[in-house]
Amino acid sequence: MDSDLSPQDKKDLDKFIKFFALKTVQVIVQARLGEKICTRSSSSPTGSDWFNLAIKDIPEVTHEAKKALAGQLPGIGRSMCVEISLKTSEGDSMELETWCLEMNEKCDKDIKVSYTVYNRLSVLLKSLLAITRVTPAYKLSRKQGHDYVILYRIYFGEVQLSGLGEGFQTVRVGVVGTPVGTVTLSCAYRTNLAFMSNRQFERSAPIMGIIVDHFVDPPCSSQRPANMGQPCNYRAPDEEDGGTFAGVQDSQEVCTTSFSTSPPSQLYTSRLSYQPPALTGAAELCHPAGNPNQVLHAGKEGGVVLVPAQPPHGADAHITVEHAPNTPSSSGDDDGLSQSAEGRRDEGRRSVSPADPVESLSAFTRKVGAFVNKPSTQITAASLDLPFAAFAPRGLDSEENDPMVQPPDSPPCPSPLQASLHSQGSEGSGQQDDFVMVDFRPAFSKDDLLPMDLGTFYREFQNPPQLASLSLHISSQSMADDLDSLPEKLRVYEKNIDEFDAFVDMLQ
Amino acid sequence: MNCRSEVLEVTVEARQVEEAMLALLHTILLHRSTGKFHYKKEGTYSIGTVGTLDFDCDFIDFTFVRVSSEELDRVIRKAVSEFKDALSNSGSDGMGQISLEFYQKKKSRWPFSDECIPWEVWSIKVNVVNLANEQERQICREKVGEKLGEKVINVVEVINRHEYLPKMPTQSEVDNVFDTSLKDVQPYLYKITYQITDSLGTSVSTTMRRLIKDTLAL
Repeated sequence: MDSDLSPQDKKDLDKFIKFFALKTVQVIVQARLGEKICTRSSSSPTGSDWFNLAIKDIPEVTHEAKKALAGQLPGIGRSMCVEISLKTSEGDSMELETWCLEMNEKCDKDIKVSYTVYNRLSVLLKSLLAITRVTPAYKLSRKQGHDYVILYRIYFGEVQLSGLGEGFQTVRVGVVGTPVGTVTLSCAYRTNLAFMSNRQFERSAPIMGIIVDHFVDPPCSSQRPANMGQPCNYRAPDEEDGGTFAGVQDSQEVCTTSFSTSPPSQLYTSRLSYQPPALTGAAELCHPAGNPNQVLHAGKEGGVVLVPAQPPHGADAHITVEHAPNTPSSSGDDDGLSQSAEGRRDEGRRSVSPADPVESLSAFTRKVGAFVNKPSTQITAASLDLPFAAFAPRGLDSEENDPMVQPPDSPPCPSPLQASLHSQGSEGSGQQDDFVMVDFRPAFSKDDLLPMDLGTFYREFQNPPQLASLSLHISSQSMADDLDSLPEKLRVYEKNIDEFDAFVDMLQ
Repeated sequence: MNCRSEVLEVTVEARQVEEAMLALLHTILLHRSTGKFHYKKEGTYSIGTVGTLDFDCDFIDFTFVRVSSEELDRVIRKAVSEFKDALSNSGSDGMGQISLEFYQKKKSRWPFSDECIPWEVWSIKVNVVNLANEQERQICREKVGEKLGEKVINVVEVINRHEYLPKMPTQSEVDNVFDTSLKDVQPYLYKITYQITDSLGTSVSTTMRRLIKDTLAL
């Protein structure tokens, strides 16, 4: 296979690939240091700038890379990988991305090693410089500090992408064909950046004791296990405070930590995508799984926080979360409904068509309706704090809970009112038969089990039954009692006439 | 030889036009610049070193890498600034296109002037939007940053196809392939032009062709 390649070319090619691998590691790690990189152009070649690019060599990084390579070169089935992970001050960690330098067997025999391959490797390094600023980990790394640090780990062999979570994306930086194979450089990066805390697990049964050992041995020491990462903070070797995290690999498998500034009920999986999906429309509002346009800002207010970007098109963050209980928007709906129902009652019978905005909101919120507190089976009238609760018929339990139907402090009604109520009471009883209780059905919900929709709900509340307390009160006393107590009542009423006037005003 | 043509499209707010254009143009030029050639005897040459620089945008959540050359940066900024001014003066629609064209010069006999043969043209279409409030601007900031990231990936993908590139020239031919006017880096010969589309978007009523690099001057 190499018979076409002269020994000099072969030697050159090996050297190119070796130094390309070392420079690749340098570029990646330096891009995650958290600082802006600046190197100077020089018109006179210095001879030490491989690929005609000014890329500094951090000695520790070179050492780690050489250690990982152990004298080998990336080849077919032997990839060089740089794994970038994040570690918080509490000890939680997460793999962010894995850069892979691979070789496949597709050879380009005709290519000139010393010229074309070299120049193309140079272009590939430039592409790597550009792409390292584009992946999500870059922004995270620029904000690292007290709350979290970015770590790197170099390994050689099989590519391991399982730590990146579900839905990781891959971006190919570039390829360069050589006579011995095609060099491919790519990056697989995590998109699912929400993860839950594993601290509860740590307290109960530490998987591996999290070694809070910030003072690591100098890199030349061989005691550090292979799976530990190095911090992407370049300091002089004797000042290193690397995050030694022997437990990282295992703790990642166990569970995860949530980073969010939103209240827990509004947590949702974040997904970052660098593919060009059809995300540009208002369709994003309907994505239940998360906000594709989420941007990460970590460490701003202390602690690693995953600050979701404002959902697109100014939509309220609450609304993009489906099935979120007790969100503020839903309580607003309550008020709207109770007010509208009250209006309807005042106006008498009126056919009501379901309000479209309210129905659309039903797709987003699901909560206990305004007129329902508990299932009727669970209510005993005595348990309710209501006047005349003992007289409440069973069938009207839900109505009892309704503050609209049962005002909490209803003053005793004057007799004319009573009389009118009594007359209506007889009608009300008939109406009560028509009245179908909306038992523990959430308002505005689409209930697939029963054909209860908003329109039905409104229609049923068109004709509310009589105030149970008043009708019962009347029925429990005879007319004779009424007449006997009348003079006394009149005296009381006259005394409290102002109160009644105010009450009447309130009713108007 | 066919000229390779690539089109990138971005939608930005007015104040983001400059940085978005700089990001894309610099990313392309990073890949299309080499160190300065130093020719030695016997037809060999050595190549200088290209430094790089991270640039954080102010109006976009984005950082891009550019060649560490103040001269080149000045030239690009000037072109982008003219484009931005033309765009803002043109009308309410705010659509335009800036093109970065790499070409080779082919010397012709006198009295004919040298021919410029493009081998790669990058067209960046810009659509300027006006946003109503700060919240939308914040969203735009982040979204444009992500879009620019996608465009950088597109650029890298095209460049790494390793399609036609001019052959490395001899010393006498180097000015036909490379722009040797800069002190520290040597990009391929390029020119930047722009067009502003009118509000109808159908025809180009205003075409301004400014040659930043006046390569046709004899």
